[in-house]
Amino acid sequence: MKPEDYSRREQELAGWPITIETYKLGDVYHCTIANADPGARFARADGTTKEEAESRAIEKATKYLAQTRKFEV
Amino acid sequence: MKVMADVLVTTDWVAQHATDAGVRVVEVDVDTTAYDQGHVPGSAGWNWTTELCDTVVRDIVPAKKLEELLGKSGIDNKTTIVLYGDNNNWFAAWAFWQLKVYGHGDVRIMDGGRKKWLAEARDLSTDKPSFTAATYKAGTPDLSLRAFLPEVQQAVAGKKAALVDVRSPAEFTGEILSPPGLPETCQRGGHIPGAKSIPWGKNCNDDGTFKSFDELKALYAEKGIMGDQPVIAYCRIGERSSLTWFAMKYLLGFDNVKNYDGSWTEWGNLVGAAVEKP
Repeated sequence: MKPEDYSRREQELAGWPITIETYKLGDVYHCTIANADPGARFARADGTTKEEAESRAIEKATKYLAQTRKFEV
Repeated sequence: MKVMADVLVTTDWVAQHATDAGVRVVEVDVDTTAYDQGHVPGSAGWNWTTELCDTVVRDIVPAKKLEELLGKSGIDNKTTIVLYGDNNNWFAAWAFWQLKVYGHGDVRIMDGGRKKWLAEARDLSTDKPSFTAATYKAGTPDLSLRAFLPEVQQAVAGKKAALVDVRSPAEFTGEILSPPGLPETCQRGGHIPGAKSIPWGKNCNDDGTFKSFDELKALYAEKGIMGDQPVIAYCRIGERSSLTWFAMKYLLGFDNVKNYDGSWTEWGNLVGAAVEKP
């Protein structure tokens, strides 16, 4: 099988730059979200449509990002 | 110094040789579910959290466990192992480093990793291939590739080695304790005194491939890292620094480079350890 409808974009979520990567393999859309720096994938979800997979992944990512603290330096 | 550019293979090469006799392609990801979302046809998948470490004490994979993993992956001591993974090959580099610690001869990395393979819309499979079991014998660990805490402490005290912190600038300064979205795993933020900040991502192009020799040389020379003195790379748990270790050792040909896999989750939790900020 070949991945279809591949997309990769950067955007801000909860104040953090992130990357959203989505593709379709067979009948399933796979979405993964990584922090832009250093680029670690920390949330992912599947769905029957691109929008469904991305919205589920974004929901998880938002929850995880809320736990990241910033300190004064 | 000896540059070994043949440790990198292209996605084209993998597409043509992935199932050749004597070649085993292996995917190793940060996200251990990525393999199940489609992988290079015929490739094995290794889980870094369970298969590439000691799950009882904090350590790299024990020799016996590595022998079992490679054996069931159909890999013997003469197999060409081609590693790839997500995040520009973070954990592929981690696996590469451990395989070199145990003396495997022919290990390579697919330049660009999973990201480039996907972007090129190459074939993916969700089938888990079965391999004919092989016999593997791990070598005596080569500790010239690995730094432990006492050596790092000596390097700080005596300035006997250059320390390269490959984490993000915000982790280096202590603004954050872990990459955004990931659990905090240290008690203090900042960096090891005297360390130079050269984030791992600067080794790579946007498509995930490694930068050229000249670009890498300039990147490290700008911070005074020329390969003429011992270098110790570290990050948070040792995987990002594996990638930097790989770039310095194999793409730049530095002779004396070690990966400090204890990294910030060791140093940043030590009682009384000096921490530099920002």
